[in-house]
This record gives sequence, C-alpha cells and structure tokens, in this order.
Amino acid sequence: MSTPLLGVGEEEGQSNVSLLTSSSSLDSSRQNGSVFKERNYMGLSECSSVDSSTISNISDGSNGSCLNLKATELRLGLPGSQSPERDSELCLVSSTKLDEKPLFPLHPLKDGNCSNLQRTITSGNKRGFSDAMDGFSEGKFSEVNVMLSPRPSLNSSMKSVSAKETTGTQAAKLKEVVPQSTVQERPRTVNESVSNRVGATSNNTGAPAPKAQVVGWPPVKSFRKNSLASTSKVAEEVDGKSGPGALFVKVSMDGAPYLRKVDLRTYSTYQDLSSALEKMFSCFTIGQCGSHGVEGKEVLSESKLKDLLHGSEYVLTYEDKDGDWMLVGDVPWEMFIDTCKRLRIMKSSDAIGLAPRAVEKNRSRN
Amino acid sequence: MCVFQSTINYFPEEVLEHVFDFLSSHRDRNAVSLVCKSWCRVERFSREKVFVGNCYAVSPERLLSTFPRVRSLTLKGKPHFADFNLVPPDWGGYLHPWIDAMVKARANLEELRLKRMVLSDDTLDLLAHSFPSFKSLVLVSCEGFTTDGLAAIAANCRSLRELDLQENEVEDRRGQWLSCFPDSCTSLVSLNFACLKGEVNLAALERLVARCPNLRSLRLNHAVPLDALQRILAQAPHLVDLGTGSFVHDPDSETYHKLKNAIQNCTSIRSLSGFLEVASRCLPSIYPLCSSLTSLNLSYAPGIYSNELVNLIRHCKKLERLWILDTIGDKGLGVVASTCKELQELRVFPFDPHGVGYTAVTEEGLVAVSAGCPKLNSILYFCQQMTNAALITVAKNCPNFIRFRLCTLNPTVPDAVTQLPLDEGFGAIVQSCKGLKRLSVSGLLTDQVFLYIGMYAEQLEMLSIAFAGESDKGMLYVLNGCKKLKKLEIRDSPFGDVALLADMGKYETMRSLWMSSCEVTLEACKKLAMKMPRLNVEIINENEQMEASTDDKQKVEKMYLYRTLVGPRKDAPAFVWTL
Repeated sequence: MSTPLLGVGEEEGQSNVSLLTSSSSLDSSRQNGSVFKERNYMGLSECSSVDSSTISNISDGSNGSCLNLKATELRLGLPGSQSPERDSELCLVSSTKLDEKPLFPLHPLKDGNCSNLQRTITSGNKRGFSDAMDGFSEGKFSEVNVMLSPRPSLNSSMKSVSAKETTGTQAAKLKEVVPQSTVQERPRTVNESVSNRVGATSNNTGAPAPKAQVVGWPPVKSFRKNSLASTSKVAEEVDGKSGPGALFVKVSMDGAPYLRKVDLRTYSTYQDLSSALEKMFSCFTIGQCGSHGVEGKEVLSESKLKDLLHGSEYVLTYEDKDGDWMLVGDVPWEMFIDTCKRLRIMKSSDAIGLAPRAVEKNRSRN
Repeated sequence: MCVFQSTINYFPEEVLEHVFDFLSSHRDRNAVSLVCKSWCRVERFSREKVFVGNCYAVSPERLLSTFPRVRSLTLKGKPHFADFNLVPPDWGGYLHPWIDAMVKARANLEELRLKRMVLSDDTLDLLAHSFPSFKSLVLVSCEGFTTDGLAAIAANCRSLRELDLQENEVEDRRGQWLSCFPDSCTSLVSLNFACLKGEVNLAALERLVARCPNLRSLRLNHAVPLDALQRILAQAPHLVDLGTGSFVHDPDSETYHKLKNAIQNCTSIRSLSGFLEVASRCLPSIYPLCSSLTSLNLSYAPGIYSNELVNLIRHCKKLERLWILDTIGDKGLGVVASTCKELQELRVFPFDPHGVGYTAVTEEGLVAVSAGCPKLNSILYFCQQMTNAALITVAKNCPNFIRFRLCTLNPTVPDAVTQLPLDEGFGAIVQSCKGLKRLSVSGLLTDQVFLYIGMYAEQLEMLSIAFAGESDKGMLYVLNGCKKLKKLEIRDSPFGDVALLADMGKYETMRSLWMSSCEVTLEACKKLAMKMPRLNVEIINENEQMEASTDDKQKVEKMYLYRTLVGPRKDAPAFVWTL
C-alpha cells in the first residue's frame, strides 16, 4: 500500500513526525487528536522548541505548501513500488543491484526541496528508526544515497546534500548537535564507501564524519564487533583488499566507456571468471566474444581462452602487487586472487607476442 | 493435607536431602522449597549450586545465610542491552561484595560463573587466595580486570580445573600469566583464553598442556601460531573441544604436514572454533575432523570465504551447532540445509554490520535451513531482508523453536516483497512454536505482532523489542498475555505510561524490564516506584539534568527496573537515579 511512512518537517520550523507505521494508524491517531510530542533524543533541549502540532496539517496539506512534501517523504520500500513519479530518477539506479532491495528511493535527492529532510527532533508517537538517526541529516542522506551503488547517483546526491546543508536554521542546529552526540552506529546495507563520501561532504560543513548510525543496532556484542573490525583490518593490510568478505577489482576494457568491478571471491576458477567477464563486456565486443558468452559455460577452458584470445581481439591481463601487467592464467587460482589488483582486457594488438604463448601454456595445462 | 505432611515428615531429613541431590536445576529446587517449611529447610541447607539472575535482586549476605552450603555461584550483572553499548560504563555489577561476603562467611566456593559483571584484579586476587577448593572460573562478557588478575588465579588456585574466558574485555599487561601456573598444576580440564588480545608465553603453554592429562577443552587466542598448535595437539590428542588461534602457514611446509598428522590423531574433537586469523589454504587440514564435529564456531573467522566455508561444511554431517558469519550467503546456507541434518542451533552473525560489497543473507537462507534441518530449535539470524511468507514457511517447517532471534540489519525494514509489516510472519512463529522461550523481533512491526505474541507465546520468557509497535496496546498485549515472561527489553518503541502502569504487579513476577527511548515519563516511573517497593526503578540519565529538573512530564531516556529483596542498591553511580 502506498504509505507515507516517514513524514518530513518543513523548513520553517514545523517538524513533522516520523511515523514508521501504516497510514491507518496515522489516521486514527489524528482523529483521536493525540499530539505528537517532540522527543529530545539527543538530550539537546535547545532543539525541543520546534513546534510539532502541525503534524496533522502536513499529512494532508502537502499540496498546499510551497514545498512538495510528498516528494520529499522518505519511504521504506523498493524503488518505484509506491510512487510512479519517481521512475525517471530510479532508472539511473535500477540497472544494477536491484537485488539489493534498496530501502529508500532516491527521489528526495532529486527534489531540490529536500532541506526539510533535516529534522532536529525525533518526535511523536513512535520513534521510528530514522528518527533515531535524525541528528545526522547528512547521515540520513547517506542512508538514502547509500542504498544503491552506482556512482552517478551518488554524485548527484552529494551535490544536493551540499545544497541542502546551506539551507535552514535547522541545518545549523544539526551541525551543532551532531558533534555532541554519542550515537555512532548505524545499520547499513550497501556501500560504506558511498556514505563515507557523504560523510566527507558533511565534514566540509563542520559536522563530524558520521557513520551516522544508531547506537546498538544491529545488536552485535561490542566485543565481537571490535574483534571482527581488527581482524578484517589485519587482513586488509595483508591483502591490500577491501576486506575478506569480498574482493572487488576493477576491470577495464580497452575502448569501453567505463570500467566494471568484479568480486573475485565469487569465482573459483579462471573459467568462471572468463565467462563472467565475457558476459559483462559482451555489449562492447563485436563478434565472437559475445556469442561465446551466450553459448554456455561447460566448454573446455582451453577453447574458451583460445577464442577469447584468438577469435576476438582481446587478451585478459592483470596487474599484480608489484605493478606488473601479467597474463591471466599462469598461476594457480588462489595465488592469482592474492596478487591481482586489477584486471584489464587488452587489445590483442597491444599484446603482440603474448597471446600465442598464452595459448600454448593453457593447452599444456589443460 | 495434614496426613500428607506427616507422611512426608516421616522421612528423615537425610533421605530428603538425598532425594534432592538428584535435582540439579535451580528451578526444580526452587519449586521444591515452596512445598512446605521442612522441605524448604532441607533444600536450603543442601543446595550447593545457586543461580542469581540479577546480582542486585538479593544481597550476598542474605544469599549466604539462606544457602550456607553454597559451592557454586552463578551471577549475572548488567542488563542485556549493555552488550550493545546502551548502558554507560560504571553502571554497576561489581563482583567484589560477593567475594567479600563469601570470605567473611567462610564459604567453600568452588565454582564461579559470571556474566556481564565487573571485577578487578584485586577481587580476583582475593578470590584466588580465599578458596582452597576453587575449581572453576567462567567469565562471560565481563570486564575490569587484566592479565594480572588471571596470573593470580593461575598461581594460587591449586585445584583449578576450569578457566573459561568468553568474550571479555581484558586489559593485557604483557605479563606472563600463563607461566604462573605452577608445575604442580596438573588438574586443568578446560582452558579458554581466546578473547585475550596479547601474546602468551608459548613454551609455558606447551608445558602446561603437556602436564595436564585431563585437558579436554582448549581455546587459544590469536597469538598462538600454527606451529605451536601442532606441538600442542601432539601433546593433547584427547581434546574434545578445540579453539585454534592463528591458522596461517605455508601448506607445503613440514610444520603443516606435522599438523595434519597431529589432527588425524585427535579423534575425540567434537567442537571446533577460533580461526581468528586464517588462510583458507590451510583449512583442508581440518577436514578429517569435520565428520565427527557436533559444534562449529567460525563466527570470529572473517578470513574464510563463502566457497571455502561451503567446502568445509559439506564434510560436517553431524553438526548440531553452527555459528558463522553471513558471508556464507544464502547459497551456503543451502548447503548447510542439505548437509547438516542434525542441526539444532544456528547463529549467523553479520560480517560487517555497516558493511559493503557483499550480500548478506536473506530470507532464502533461513527458509532453506528450516526446510533441511528438522531438528532446528534455536536461531540467531542477522539478515538484510525478510518476508512474511518466509517466516510463515519457517514456522511450518520448524515448530520446535525454543529460541528465535531475528535481526534485520535495518531495524524497520518491511516485508521485502509486499512492503507490509512483518507482523504475520512473527505471528506464525509464535503460533507454531509452542515451546518458544526466547524471541527477538525486528523489521517493520505494528501492534498486531504483539497481539499475536500475547495470544500465542505462552512459554515465552524473554522478549526483545526494538523500533516496533505503534501504541501502548502493543506492550499491553505482551504484559497481559505472556504469563511466563521473565525479561522484557524494549528500545525505541512508542510504549508509554499507560502500558507501564497497567499491571504493576506483573513486574514482581519478572526478573527485569528495560525500556529506552520509549514514551515513558518520569512521573509514571515515580508512581511505579512508589507503589511497588519491591522493585528498583532505575533511571539512567547520562545528561545529569534529570534530577535537577522538576518536570515529571519529561520522557525518560533509559529505565531499568527489576525486582529485588534488598531495596535500592548502594553502589549506583551518579547517573543512575533509583526512584
């Protein structure tokens, strides 16, 4: 159902109440005339003066105000699941990671009126999860931004973040508020790097770089959290990778307009990697590469590699820890994963002399 | 009734005592002591194991006068949410008064099991010197001590059998605590120091293991390298429970080869954990152990990747308990489902709670495990998303859940498919699992889920609520419906005074209630405290503004109330205000 799950306060100081509830309950509470009280969750009394009594206006008066509040509502849900008008924005992000099931559609970022996303106080009948993070408007944006990985959307969101931060006294309050808070933790489903960047943006405006988070969520023992953090860091130092949970490396292809990233951990053989790359870059290659990708995976690696190397114009190489460009396929898979920093699908013409030898090696190995 | 009493009293007390000896559970013994005065007396004097679920519910002196023959004491201190940084440090939970009292009473303490307590090196030192028969120290999630305290225990507890440190914050003093075990110490059965951060004297460790023929459980910390492990295993082939330290080595080396041989000799190992540092290429060495493993804990091993985890698990057909990280993925859980048919307990922890770049597990994994593992009765599952349909399926597949804890990484995420609240899913769980004792809910939830919980969760003893519900009705459903409720902990939910005050007597039937970031006002708490003198109503206020303020209408940030026989505690810090 189409539910305004989160209301957003207006810049003029009307702070909306965030209700992570169904609209029916919102209706009923309005009917009962209950007043949603401001809750000063951060213990910052100076912010508690925001008038909350206009909540009932906001929900049905969203058309009346100059700000299009409906569009600025943060909603929980899949992109496009509730609001058709957002589709155009979501197309940007829908191409990838749909299975990540982003929680917040991006539309607030597209809407220039998003200053009202900044709310000083969590308030009211229900302290929603997002309320708990209200001290971090930047963080909130990061949450919104974070949901989908593609960078284009991030860039635009970052711009809108900085735009927002200059508007509204509430913004200023928040920035003061943020350093005092002890809230540090926040669940996150995707792209920590994304939100870190947003955090960096907020740094420019004086707030600390939040991992804008909720204290104690997810409920993992701090001992466990600290342990995993330190052991992953060790692994990072050892591998130079972004954590042992995934091993993303950039894949560039000569002539392609943009690069891709693959998680080497999801493959266990060169064959897997090769077919995945073929699929990924098939849209850029003319001829055999693409068609081979379609045919199927159980083909012998030798013929595949040969095709990739010979039949098409490309050679798969990687940059190792020492910075040298090596032909993929020489070393055992495990060792390859340990040393590979990035991949490059090189034009055969650049790899003259390399390809034939590679085929020989593969033939002898297979 | 009189006839009955005289018949029972015909038995001399020694006989009663002997009968009671067979009662090991403290609950049974509590029940027995309620039967009549003479049974109460006999039981009191014969009870050796005492369980205190809340260290502030009773005073040490009172405990000792009630149970003078106590030999084994279990104490729990801080509220559960202290694990998640919701309780400020120095809140309380000190061990010292207990040790002090026991020393004064000349108790013959042999076993001490502590959870979320604070203890200093001095306390440990006192403990070590005061109880000559002291055998077993188990510390879970405790803090306040250093390796010096451990050294005192090692050096002075001549009959020590068990030193088990689980997930404690221990300051490492770079001492040689392990070397403090005297050469005469040969009685160790269990040694777990996996949580220690610092180096240990490897030679001392190896010598210790060599001279303790009864050692059955050994969990090392990350500072113990693989070659030391190999030497240790060679000395202790009868281990039943092993926690490795660092598991990194060159698989072509002789050390690794020797390790493989040593492992092959360890035919008794049933429980495996650790791998605090691990190179996956070394994992095949433990494959021989897998077929007889009943318990596997890889939740502290971030270095094992999904496909390797899967390869490992494929060998573990007898597994009953599995703790892993969510890097295993839904597919990996599918392998668990098809391999581990004896599985009873599963815990899937988030590898990186705020993480990036990998897909955590979803409802698919949970459904797969529920379908494949008919004996599953306990689950802790951190997941990225959940659906009602999945939970309903899980409920159908596994009606035997005793513990069901679900944590969505985003605490208010709705059903991933329908966008509805997860009320129906959890409702199905409580309806189907009639023996459910512990439940943690998360995701988008309205009052409806609490209606279901109140209606169906008749055996529920512990309930954890976060970011859920819509009104006081939710909490009321629970308080009215769950007759066996012992611990209720709520955070960031819109429950207020009406719910809190509706049935004040209920709290005396419970161990404790925690409410933080809810809608409860100071006025209501004061009212409650006034009406119920046998409850301690503590307001935790880190701002220190609250006492000064006269506004009773203001909301209380953190409230912790618990039943007690001894009134307000005297060791409360400044930020805790007992009403």
